[in-house]
Amino acid sequence: MKFRTLKQLERLCADEGKPISAIMLEEQARESGLAAEQEWDKMKSYYGIMKEAVRKGIVSERLSRSGLTGGDAKKVHEYTRREEASLGPHAGAAMAYSLAVSEVNASMGRIVATPTAGSCGIIPGVFVSSQERFGWDDDHMVAGLFCAGALGYVIANNAFISGAEGGCQAEVGSAIGMAAGALVELKGGSPAQAVHAVGLALKNTLGLICDPVGGLVEIPCIVRNGFGAVNALAAADMALAGVRSAIPSDEVIQVMLEVGSAMPDIHRETAGGGLAQTPTGKEIMKQLAGARKKR
Amino acid sequence: MRFKDVFSIIGPGMIGPSSSHTAGAVRLGRVAGLLFGGLPKRAEIMFYGSFAATYAGHGTDLAAVAGLLGFDTDDERIPDAIELAEQAGMRIAFRKASVPAAHPNTLTVALRKGRRHVRMTGCSIGGGSIEVSEVDGFELKFTGNYPTLIVFHDDRPGMLAAITRLLGDAGVNIGYMDVDRKSRLGEAATVIESDAAIPAELRKRVGRIADVKSVGYIDLNGGAAN
Repeated sequence: MKFRTLKQLERLCADEGKPISAIMLEEQARESGLAAEQEWDKMKSYYGIMKEAVRKGIVSERLSRSGLTGGDAKKVHEYTRREEASLGPHAGAAMAYSLAVSEVNASMGRIVATPTAGSCGIIPGVFVSSQERFGWDDDHMVAGLFCAGALGYVIANNAFISGAEGGCQAEVGSAIGMAAGALVELKGGSPAQAVHAVGLALKNTLGLICDPVGGLVEIPCIVRNGFGAVNALAAADMALAGVRSAIPSDEVIQVMLEVGSAMPDIHRETAGGGLAQTPTGKEIMKQLAGARKKR
Repeated sequence: MRFKDVFSIIGPGMIGPSSSHTAGAVRLGRVAGLLFGGLPKRAEIMFYGSFAATYAGHGTDLAAVAGLLGFDTDDERIPDAIELAEQAGMRIAFRKASVPAAHPNTLTVALRKGRRHVRMTGCSIGGGSIEVSEVDGFELKFTGNYPTLIVFHDDRPGMLAAITRLLGDAGVNIGYMDVDRKSRLGEAATVIESDAAIPAELRKRVGRIADVKSVGYIDLNGGAAN
């Protein structure tokens, strides 16, 4: 890849007069040696999986494999459409769709890791709801996924994207930054604004620990995906309004690395601390262990 | 760079619930299965760190076995993998390591059938991406993202030149390679990640180089076989 930092990516876009998505597609084809059309089609098939997961998840009352979660996306979808929801129908849809995909994931259904399965709801939530709202075609969305991928590529190679390495900030935080930056491009913002959106978003999740109850990608992962979609909309709006990340986004990524590296093991996906070790969290873990023995 | 392309960030398409604990484990299992070549009679899977703490809840055990069966990350049979493997005659044991590994999501797979055995250690670094770190006692690093040739041979002068000359003459471009040996002029192994698939005929010719013991091949994207 011709870029390693967001600053380099932004400069490439400026030099070549192209959006982030176009740079990413070219670089991807160069890296793989495949035709750009082939790479495009693969991404398009991924977008198909995302839409399918949204469609399944918002009507499903099916519980997760453990029985701990399920059915919340449907509730939220119905509420935000029917009632005078505080978020309104558009942000409400982003939240509901995001929950939907995360619930499909927890029930061992098919999803796309964006960038991980723990954070797989946020990008589909933002993308599918925005597509419906603004009437964009699938190709526009596929370009958006290449943009999101470019932003995630920089985060992943300069910090991390797994909760085990860097806490929830590395998963949900990265996904929010990627979705926010991509939404800026989808709405016609500049590459510089997209990069600011990444920094703005990441700052809001710095320090977020990974503390899944029972070690499962359910509590609190699913609701954090719902919140994450809403945060991404907010960060995109701030950036499009002209708000800049005063600390450059590349430096914010370095802070994420610093904070994640300093996190104790108990807060990095081991279920040894945080919500997992609350009295209720421990009780749930005990029940799960009992249920497994019986099986 | 740990993550080399856009699809290591957007992707893989997969069965949940965890890219590192489920999809990554499928891919580690697939690499081990391809190194072994065929179905083992016995499989022992050792989990370290976060894998040890949470494997049951994430289906890491199902995922690793699904990989041994050759399933891809988005195969809807993953939830039934252990049952399917047992039906196919595989005996499986899971263990938790008491010592820490370098990376929190690490597993070791030991496979056996008759005299044949393979032992592989690797970790899942996030988003379904993996890094193998050890094969049969050799410290070898590779990712499974590319067609990968693994050659077991004696440590002697000219061996690498002999291998790479064959590949070069066939137009195979090497993206990355790693070499380790157990002792000076003793047993050695070389792993080569290439940009394009390495045909079976070419692999056979590598196998016929003097002092080459065996050749393995892994191509997670192109389907593969030994």
